[in-house]
Amino acid sequence: MGKAFYHVLMRDIRLALRSSHELANPLIFFVLVVSLFPLAVTPTPEALRAMAPGVIWVSALLAVLLSLDRLFKQDYEDGSLDQLMLSPNPLMVLVLAKVLAHWLLTGLPLVLIAPLLGMFLALPSAANEVLVYSLLLGTPVLSLIGAIGVSLTVAVNRGGVLLSLIVLPLYIPILIFGANAVDVAMSDMSVRGQLLFLAAVLALSISLAPLAIAVALRITASR
Amino acid sequence: MSDTSPPLLEINDLECIRDDRELFSGLTFSLGQAEVLQIEGPNGSGKTSLLRIVCGLRLPDKGGVHWCGEDIRGNREDYYARMVYLGHLPCIKGDLSVMENIRVLLDTRSMTLPDSDIEPALYKVGLAGFEDVAGKALSSGQRRRVLLAFLDLAQADLWVLDEPLTALDVQGVALMEQMILEHREQGGSVIFTTHHGMQLDCDMRSVRLGRVS
Repeated sequence: MGKAFYHVLMRDIRLALRSSHELANPLIFFVLVVSLFPLAVTPTPEALRAMAPGVIWVSALLAVLLSLDRLFKQDYEDGSLDQLMLSPNPLMVLVLAKVLAHWLLTGLPLVLIAPLLGMFLALPSAANEVLVYSLLLGTPVLSLIGAIGVSLTVAVNRGGVLLSLIVLPLYIPILIFGANAVDVAMSDMSVRGQLLFLAAVLALSISLAPLAIAVALRITASR
Repeated sequence: MSDTSPPLLEINDLECIRDDRELFSGLTFSLGQAEVLQIEGPNGSGKTSLLRIVCGLRLPDKGGVHWCGEDIRGNREDYYARMVYLGHLPCIKGDLSVMENIRVLLDTRSMTLPDSDIEPALYKVGLAGFEDVAGKALSSGQRRRVLLAFLDLAQADLWVLDEPLTALDVQGVALMEQMILEHREQGGSVIFTTHHGMQLDCDMRSVRLGRVS
């Protein structure tokens, strides 16, 4: 089972690295959106600092949302998804590997580049650190919840809007707690509560989302 | 296997409704070891739907599929370890080489084979020397041949083949026929659909699906 997990993970990473332009898309989107904001508003350090947590978190969220399609679309279209579902290994383990690959290739780069963007927006270094933690805990949840939405909509033509409608309401608590953690860190207060909440949601998503994704994929395939 | 053991695959009173249209109902048949079964019927009669139900990819509206006497829904692990399904879609990744594509397909079955085992299979399907060619550079017939190599390597008891002759040339068709015969000789079973004439030199049963007007 562990081997099957590893094989799916490596397959997805290898496939993504071979089409690297697609890989760079969410990251470029993230950097562009965040760096456009100072041009559109008064670029005083105070103003930038005040909006930085929200801007960075919203851009990260949208970058993940835009990349979700890649998770199952191609596999669905070329029939690989059927083969995955016909594997003797539990489907939830295999989809967890796919989601992990997706996060490693989209979420993690966002987390790594975020402190730089935090500096652009004049975030103090303590808040910048909290930004990394909150994204580190939050972006895997975005991938996991997003995967549930994609597995329900992958068979729908132009399911993008539908996907957003399904997924965005579930993203909102993550957005609120993630951005709030950074906000609070700027006033030198404890962010323990927010980070623990994000960690709890992550633990819950890792344990339950694969089950939901597997069931949703079986429903999609039975159409 | 003793005579009293259940047949490999049993289909009981199956019904499939698609978009409010009944494709088939009351469908009952079984498949034993070393048996070849052709599903016949015009376009839109539900052949693909039937095969997807047999694989457990699609849920029947009524009835069930049993593997070795057990419902496949409670028995996926054992069933999937012993069957292979090839559908319409190519399952070939354009960005992976032929060898990598075969490995990916085998990996999903938890089979790890050395190159020295995969090469003869590629030779058999006429793709010797294509090991490192990317999937996107293959013609659609060659993609089907990659799947045939996978089929050859998969060591499955049951083959479920949906239009296996699509895009294959004359030699490819002959190869497919020969592979089915060999598979049957080794005690394997096959369910397939095709609109092309498949000349199989063996006992073959058929199930006919009619369009219900």
